[in-house]
Amino acid sequence: MSRNPSHLPSKRSPVRSLLRLRPYVRPVRVRLLASAAVATVASCVGLVIPLVLKEIVDGPVAHGDPGGVWWPAALVLLLGLAEAGLFGVRRWLVARPLAGVEASMRADLYRHLQRLPTSFHDRWASGQLLSRATSDLSVLRLFLVFPLVFLLVNAVTFVVGIVVLLSQDWLLGLVLLLPTAPLVVLCSYFETRYALAARKAQDQAGDLATVVEESVLGIRVIKSFGRHRSMARDFWRRSRELRTTELRKAELLADIWAVIMTLPEVAIGSALAIGATRVADGELTAGTLVAFLTTALALRWPVESLGWLLAYSNDAASAADRYFEVMDTPTTPDAPETGDTGDIADTGDTGDTADTADTGGTPMAADPPRSPRTPKAPAAPDGIRFEGVRFRYPDAPEGSPDLLTGVDLHIRSGETMALVGATGCGKTTLTALLPRLYEATGGRITLDGVDIAELPRHRLRKLVAVAFEEPTLFSATVRENVAMGAPGAGEAALHKALTTSQADFAHGLPQGLDTEVGEQGLSLSGGQRQRLALARAVVGQPRFLVLDDPLSALDVHTEALVEGALRQVLATTTALVVAHRPSTVLLADRVALLSNGRISTVGTHHELLDSSPAYRELMSGERSPIR
Amino acid sequence: MTTVTEPPEEDGSALADGRPAQTVQAPEAPHREPARSPGTPPPAAPDDDTDEHPSPPGVSRALLGSLLRPHKWRTALAMGVILLQQAAVLAGPLLVAFAIDRAIPALRRDDSGPLIAVVCVYIVCALASGLLQALFIRVSARVSQDVLLDLRGRIFRHAQALSLDFHERYTSGRIIARATSDVDALRELLSEGLEELIQVALSAVYISVVLLALDWELGAAAAASFVPLYFIARSFRRRTREVYRRTRTAVASVIVRFTETMNGIRPVQAFRREEANDKEFHRLNSAYRRANGDSALEMARFVVSARTMANAVIAAILVWGAYRVADGGLELGVMAAFVLYLRRLYDPVDRLGMFLNSYQSAAAALDKIAALLANRPAVPEPRQPVPLPAPQGEEPGREVVFDGVRFAYREGVEVLPRFDLKIPAGQTVAVVGATGAGKSTLAKLLVRFYDPTGGRVRLDGVDLRDLETPELRRGVVMVTQESFLFSGTVAENIAVGRPDATREQVEEAARAIGAFDFIAALPEGFDTDVRKRGGRISAGQRQLVAFARALLADPAVLILDEATSSLDIPGERAVQRAMHTVLAGRTAVIVAHRLSTVEIADRVLVMDAGRIVEDGRPAELIGGTGRFATLHRAWRDSLV
Ligand SMILES: Nc1ncnc2c1ncn2[C@@H]1O[C@H](COP(=O)(O)OP(=O)(O)OP(=O)(O)O)[C@@H](O)[C@H]1O
Ligand SMILES: Nc1ncnc2c1ncn2[C@@H]1O[C@H](COP(=O)(O)OP(=O)(O)OP(=O)(O)O)[C@@H](O)[C@H]1O
Ligand SMILES: [Mg+2]
Ligand SMILES: [Mg+2]
Repeated sequence: MSRNPSHLPSKRSPVRSLLRLRPYVRPVRVRLLASAAVATVASCVGLVIPLVLKEIVDGPVAHGDPGGVWWPAALVLLLGLAEAGLFGVRRWLVARPLAGVEASMRADLYRHLQRLPTSFHDRWASGQLLSRATSDLSVLRLFLVFPLVFLLVNAVTFVVGIVVLLSQDWLLGLVLLLPTAPLVVLCSYFETRYALAARKAQDQAGDLATVVEESVLGIRVIKSFGRHRSMARDFWRRSRELRTTELRKAELLADIWAVIMTLPEVAIGSALAIGATRVADGELTAGTLVAFLTTALALRWPVESLGWLLAYSNDAASAADRYFEVMDTPTTPDAPETGDTGDIADTGDTGDTADTADTGGTPMAADPPRSPRTPKAPAAPDGIRFEGVRFRYPDAPEGSPDLLTGVDLHIRSGETMALVGATGCGKTTLTALLPRLYEATGGRITLDGVDIAELPRHRLRKLVAVAFEEPTLFSATVRENVAMGAPGAGEAALHKALTTSQADFAHGLPQGLDTEVGEQGLSLSGGQRQRLALARAVVGQPRFLVLDDPLSALDVHTEALVEGALRQVLATTTALVVAHRPSTVLLADRVALLSNGRISTVGTHHELLDSSPAYRELMSGERSPIR
Repeated sequence: MTTVTEPPEEDGSALADGRPAQTVQAPEAPHREPARSPGTPPPAAPDDDTDEHPSPPGVSRALLGSLLRPHKWRTALAMGVILLQQAAVLAGPLLVAFAIDRAIPALRRDDSGPLIAVVCVYIVCALASGLLQALFIRVSARVSQDVLLDLRGRIFRHAQALSLDFHERYTSGRIIARATSDVDALRELLSEGLEELIQVALSAVYISVVLLALDWELGAAAAASFVPLYFIARSFRRRTREVYRRTRTAVASVIVRFTETMNGIRPVQAFRREEANDKEFHRLNSAYRRANGDSALEMARFVVSARTMANAVIAAILVWGAYRVADGGLELGVMAAFVLYLRRLYDPVDRLGMFLNSYQSAAAALDKIAALLANRPAVPEPRQPVPLPAPQGEEPGREVVFDGVRFAYREGVEVLPRFDLKIPAGQTVAVVGATGAGKSTLAKLLVRFYDPTGGRVRLDGVDLRDLETPELRRGVVMVTQESFLFSGTVAENIAVGRPDATREQVEEAARAIGAFDFIAALPEGFDTDVRKRGGRISAGQRQLVAFARALLADPAVLILDEATSSLDIPGERAVQRAMHTVLAGRTAVIVAHRLSTVEIADRVLVMDAGRIVEDGRPAELIGGTGRFATLHRAWRDSLV
């Protein structure tokens, strides 16, 4: 059911695509070139062997002098050993480095993907990303190991071979050269067709990976509706599509092979006819003809392999296209990583408050502003301020109104603000703007007076901790999952966070805090997952806390306990809490009502109950139904 | 485009290879599969792709055999074609020898007949070799693509048939690795490797025969040189087996890590896991890199030893041949042909290496796949399915009985101690209790995600274990606590409940729970793509879609596990109002923390630490002094 933004292969030359691999190949280029050179020499050695054979046949053998065979034979042996050794050296030279090239491309892809904005990941099916990181990259590695080198080697071998042939007998040589022109034409015709099919097959393989992934992640839904069969049918259909494309590739390959095998052979046949006539006429020695034909036959592989090499190169070219499609997606620019962008710093990373001006009264803003372009630090921390924040999802249809149309909200430092609103009105979206998972399309958001757009992202995210509405845990231990919120947090902090979120059940798990929680934490109950996610958010004692409906999966008693403990945490942080129920709202000092893309009212729970019918309706469910 | 036919299998949930499921678990005396018995090691770390049961030797070959068997005729055809093709190719040098030894002397006698004949035959052979090659590629591509199709399907269906218990341990990444990267390894073997092997073997046989025919002494010497070659190949295989196993394991770990990161990209970014992940990924990626490098080095070793041997043989035979020509025991042309053939005889050693390479890689991959396929579902299909009795009366609801049921997850702690519970047909039961009390577990037993460790769950008197999947799903459907949407349109997602539903029915289901308005407001309405995991719509909207899906399925017993937890209160109210009509006559189990749900329930069960501690009509319980009364009071107070 999934597609990725379909990138139809544009008219791009495979060579250009492959040339983009240069930066990755550069570190190993010496070895790669050496390997190609060695392979060329090895092939040429292979070509010399028939010449020596000719000497033997025309010389000692023809003269009935077997004693004279020894030296040339020793030469053949020597050449043979050299050839073997060179082949080995060529492989040895590139074995590890090319595996390294693949690995570094994969690491780069992973690194880049982790830093691409969330909106990118919204768009791309994960199977497509995965197939790029695995199959495509191994195609590229194999391309560098064989086809690339062989393209070069075979071309050189071919040229050398032709020169040898022409020097032996130019007429016969020319006959052999005749099929070159039609071959070139046919090959390029083949190439364009094959490239399209190759790209299609790779995309389809990516889709297949997506279907597999979804079928496993959604196994609970599939099982609870007994949908194995329709899933299997869907998978089958897609596999058939892939099969069709692969067969198409095979057909193309079959045709070009036929041409590539037949044409040169026909030329050799003609050369045989002409050669034999001339030997009979005495214009040519039998030895020369033998050597000539031997050389010609030795050239067969370089020519025949062309079909295979072209196919492989095209596979590799479209793999490179697919790879660079992702790598070319720019990450959203980040603020420069200098200390002067803000007067907010984590208390942990200061230490350079030397040229202190006046930090009085701002215990949290330990880093004084040092750059003239930073806004002046206010006397007291300002909290979170949304000013005319606008947002629309990048893929929203043309002409549709923005989702957030000017949110103005001020959460005072130390205050807890509840954010309420109807289902789908944009609460989660608004909270996602704070750690810059999405970039606001208008207006600005400031934390203690500093525009978040001017903070380097990882510093911003250190300041702001989030508990998402879907408590996504990773397949790791409880400890790792919670400590993720504050790398380097001590055991004490961990325990405190678990206590705050009433997640002490974790100590009672089979291996205590070292119990694996399973993929996505699914071997825990819903409420347990949610509490761990909450612990993860509070463990680092962040300055700003965003909780998206953090108590939705808890029963009334546990909820009350969590609230009690959470109040202490909230007392020292500035927090935005998305809430659906009055009980959650009560965590907050004030409540903001989001409707129609803006904050329509702000006040305490009781004030709003009195003054705002919309709020009353939202909290009690009386009167009109949703939206 | 080939026409799309149905999957070959009648039932997607039957085991992949078409054999009936061998139930390890007899319905009468339920004992758990050995893999899951208490005392087995804790689940493997997620990155660790070592199998719990390394498959016994030979299974991968057996798997390959079972994959190829249905295509034996086509494989034979491919062999035949390539046999002829090689004959055509290898005739070349023979014809050259003939031309030199016979046609040239004849020409000198002004008899051009032999030469013309030779050249004609040569050209015919050239054409034949090209056309046969093309034919071979087509036929063998068909075989290999069909094999891959079959294998992919088996993996997929098998993974679907395996129980949740298995999935919790195996992780999605490893299944993806099996279905993609491991299948790719086999693809390489089939598309290139096998062709190499056939060609290598054939040309070796052909040339040996020709050489023997040309001159049996020299020929025998050449044939004897295969013996050392065999040993070289064998030692290569022995040395690389371990290397390739490592490669497969390493690539699976890379995939696991990769998919998990991409699926959790928001927390990854929000919690600044990028650097730490990079490091971890580097470790896994390096293991893969090393394994790849090692296999390439082994290959280099093989090529050197094989080539050295081959070239030494050529030199030796050359000397010997020269002596024989000088003796007059051998004709010059024969000698020339012999030398040509010899070079060619050893040409394929490189290709032999490539074949061995892909064979080893595929064998390691097939081992992994076979190990996956060897897992038997812990929740198997019944061997003798029993149909549900016809519903009594008009009402769709059915009676549910938990009969001495106990349950423990894999780890062995008993989550639900032995209990009995009877829910009469048509009753709406609310299950409440502290988080982690076992409410979802109870529900999961009722949809048969797991089989109870002891006792049984019965639907209208029939043990769930005796119901076939389609029958079971007409009986019981559950909206799980985590609402999972597939990428695809809203309509497709709702239609998961009933694939043959019309658009009207889909819209009707959405309307019934108040989801219609928001869906209609989406850019493309019901045809809006909700993206992976339904990321295009909000959490509450996802829940509504998941709910609509269950309504559409129209089951006898409907289980709702926290199905409204992310809705706003008006939305929740609307759903509850709808439930009055929707649940009428149906048996329903509603797990909820928001006690407003209780208002629509006929009966309330309060659970605590796996036990049902209170059971009664809502009004009774609220009026009493038990836990539920306190709980309800606390909840009342939490309202506006
Ligand atoms: N990635 C996305 N691309 C496009 N539109 C989106 C995306 N995510 C959400 N939307 C739309 O934006 C709106 C707001 O979604 P959001 O998740 O912010 O709602 P919410 O207020 O958190 O709702 P809920 O209470 O259900 O969690 C929804 O109508 C949804 O359809
Ligand atoms: N797949 C699993 N593997 C192992 N243990 C599990 C699994 N699922 C749940 N558990 C454990 O079983 C117990 C009961 O979990 P269950 O999901 O039934 O609770 P619940 O009552 O639904 O709680 P909640 O209200 O939080 O959803 C919990 O202690 C939980 O950790
Ligand atoms: Mg939300
Ligand atoms: Mg639950």
